[in-house]
Amino acid sequence: MVSLSNHEVRCAVASMFDFKFGGVQRRLVYILPPLGFLALAALFWVGLGRDPGVLPSALIDQPVPEFDLPPLKDDKPGLASADLTGEVSLVNVFASWCIPCRVEHPIITRLAERDDVAVFGLNYKDKPEDAKAWLAELGDPYDRIGADRDGRVGIDWGVYGVPETFVVGRDGRIRYKHVGPLTAEAVAERILPLVEELRR
Amino acid sequence: MITELGHYALILALALALVQGTLPLIGAQRGVAAWMELAPTTAAGQFVFIALAFGALTHAYVTSDFSVLNVVENSHSSKPLLYKITGVWANHEGSMLLWVLILAVFGLAVVAFGRNLPPALRARVLGVQGLIGSGFLAFLLLTSNPFLRAAPAPLDGQGLNPLLQDLAMSFHPPFLYLGYVGFSITFAFAVAALIEGRVDAAWARWVRPWALAAWCFLTLGIAMGSWWAYYELGWGGWWFWDPVENASFMPWLAGTALIHSATVVEKRDALKSWTILLAILAFSLSLIGTFLVRSGVLTSVHAFAVDPARGVFILLLLTLAIGGSLTLYALRAPTLKAGGLFAPISREGGLVLNNILMATAAATVFIGTLYPLLLDAVGGGKVSVGAPYFNGTFVPLMVPALLAMAAGPLLPWKRADLAGALGRLKLAAAIVVVVVAATWSVRTDASILALFGIALAAWVVGSALVELAERVKLFRVPLGDSLRRAGGVPRAAYGMTVAHIGAGIVVAGITASSAWRTESIQVMRPGDSVVVAGYDFALTGVEELQGPNYTIQRGTFTVTRDGRMVARLFPEERFYTVEQRQTTEAAIHTTWLADLYAVVGDPDGTGGWVTRLYHNPLVPWLWIGTIVIALGGGLSLSDRRHRVGAPARRRRERAVPAGA
Repeated sequence: MVSLSNHEVRCAVASMFDFKFGGVQRRLVYILPPLGFLALAALFWVGLGRDPGVLPSALIDQPVPEFDLPPLKDDKPGLASADLTGEVSLVNVFASWCIPCRVEHPIITRLAERDDVAVFGLNYKDKPEDAKAWLAELGDPYDRIGADRDGRVGIDWGVYGVPETFVVGRDGRIRYKHVGPLTAEAVAERILPLVEELRR
Repeated sequence: MITELGHYALILALALALVQGTLPLIGAQRGVAAWMELAPTTAAGQFVFIALAFGALTHAYVTSDFSVLNVVENSHSSKPLLYKITGVWANHEGSMLLWVLILAVFGLAVVAFGRNLPPALRARVLGVQGLIGSGFLAFLLLTSNPFLRAAPAPLDGQGLNPLLQDLAMSFHPPFLYLGYVGFSITFAFAVAALIEGRVDAAWARWVRPWALAAWCFLTLGIAMGSWWAYYELGWGGWWFWDPVENASFMPWLAGTALIHSATVVEKRDALKSWTILLAILAFSLSLIGTFLVRSGVLTSVHAFAVDPARGVFILLLLTLAIGGSLTLYALRAPTLKAGGLFAPISREGGLVLNNILMATAAATVFIGTLYPLLLDAVGGGKVSVGAPYFNGTFVPLMVPALLAMAAGPLLPWKRADLAGALGRLKLAAAIVVVVVAATWSVRTDASILALFGIALAAWVVGSALVELAERVKLFRVPLGDSLRRAGGVPRAAYGMTVAHIGAGIVVAGITASSAWRTESIQVMRPGDSVVVAGYDFALTGVEELQGPNYTIQRGTFTVTRDGRMVARLFPEERFYTVEQRQTTEAAIHTTWLADLYAVVGDPDGTGGWVTRLYHNPLVPWLWIGTIVIALGGGLSLSDRRHRVGAPARRRRERAVPAGA
């Protein structure tokens, strides 16, 4: 524990307020502001590398929550926890009222065309007729769609905003969560390598 | 075509800024008059080209030119014209363009009002301005170009965040930037003084008006943001200690310290290196605020679209501007000659106390804002620091500040007699007793803390009035003499009195609105009524209406008290069809002593609506107080001293041999 004498404290304060006193201490006091900023800049640098949008999902590496959602459409099955084992899958949380979902829709469609990953939809807090019209307009890429009308299952999944996309391994454990619309970069750099790895 | 011209004008502005940031500085160092003379010309040219660029972007918005990406992303043809215009700066790129435009306006103002500045100082100040401008123009052009085209052009835009389609919110950014960017001038003066190695009373007299102006704008800008949050977010609160709010509040605290310490430099030639440091810090905190909001290092309700490349660029700018100026400070400040000495109990002592408390307050806000980032960086997990921390640290610092604020102005310079000053405050103490007793009689349930807050407010206002009465020797000389004296009191002194009274009003508003707020949240059906703080809120109906680019669900409340009609309130819930987002428009009826505040939320599906009703005592005083504070600043700004009196140094300038 460094303790400053009363006199030293007074000197430090005094020099900031330019009372007269000399010596090395005086110079040191003036070097403190740039040093302080240096530390701050370093902190910002580290902070930039981290994305506060990547919410550390408590669910990462955990089994998917227990759920069983009814189908949205008559000709397509609903979605339940059991559907998420055996194959690497993506669970895409979407809604017709969500504009960014429109943006990522072509990317989801392209992902669904691949045969190494199953793409499931979780229709979040949506009116079924709106969701159906939306899929009719843009195309339905999903292998299964669960209708989560009141958002209960979304809460269990820790859905923070729509869209969100989860990567689930063969063992039914959540391996990755992407917040916001999927971008081509995110798919190429993170999602596909991860799918590759999980298939092995 | 116009868009490309705007882009081109911005590039030309950058070229001019680069010239402005180099040649005049070198010219001032070597004594080349022609190079120094480039500063005002390039500053004016920079303004012209940035104004052209800004005009070009505005044109694209007004004509809904959806071949411009920025317009596509932030506008829509069905938006009212006003919000098409304000939409220009309601996004990252456009707001940065507004930022550089205001910087250029301030540069032009230095040219216009700085004719009496010594040429070398003016060249250096404008040179530093030019460097700042170069940095931000490069940032705009390289990472945030608002003039990018969208190909193919969509039929219509994506619309503007409905929360921002609001009058107070539209003018909140320009005022904030006038504050932030205004501090760039004091920063430039500080750096110029460090280069010259000289700070004196004349320097302080030149700097203080800029600091005051920036501070007034920032005060109003923060208040507008707070007002907006109050009526638009629908929770009856007006300050949330959100990182973005803090980002604007920290420069305000540093600026408050600066306008006080600059007085000491001006009057007593003391506190020089500290004042320089504050001038650097006020702008540095503005820049850090910009960084925090736009780099995405912190999450906040109103963070801009995040792009790491921008974050790196702003961090680079921060490092150059703040790191560079603080290094210059470390090198040069020790050589500044210390000025007049003073005893701890003196006007200077009071202002030092103000400075210590304001700086500490800024530091606590700073730590609270950055703590989540720090903890995350060392792997401690994600946390958020909330109101309990800020209320627990910031409020205790403001108490001594407000107590001292009363005594400070009564202390003479150099050495003072505290007992004597306090003796003269007997009348203020009497006012406190009366006000507290009156409050107690209305609010017998008042807590000690709330009464203490009210006492503080009364103390601040009372002592400001006592100080003014002392100055004019009210009731001690005949009234006519007092009036004559009142005419002779400088405007700056009136400015101080008014601003301090404003602070007292704000303190009363803060205290009452935090201590005595009544809130009632429930499901109501038409015909139901709820009593809140003695007022009877009856929901008479909820109807559906159509706005220009939104649909409305409007509730009607009839508010009565003891059977007498008080007001009809029409809270709205708007649904913006293009953006697919909902906003809340609280209905507020103010009695000037309190706000009656009503919000109609979602229907419960069985014919009822969730309603939130509040009785917010003294909230109007927050806005009134803030306006009074800014008026005080403006009054001080209009002081004769700031317009004349500069020649003092000019004469000395000639006496100093060249090259000194």
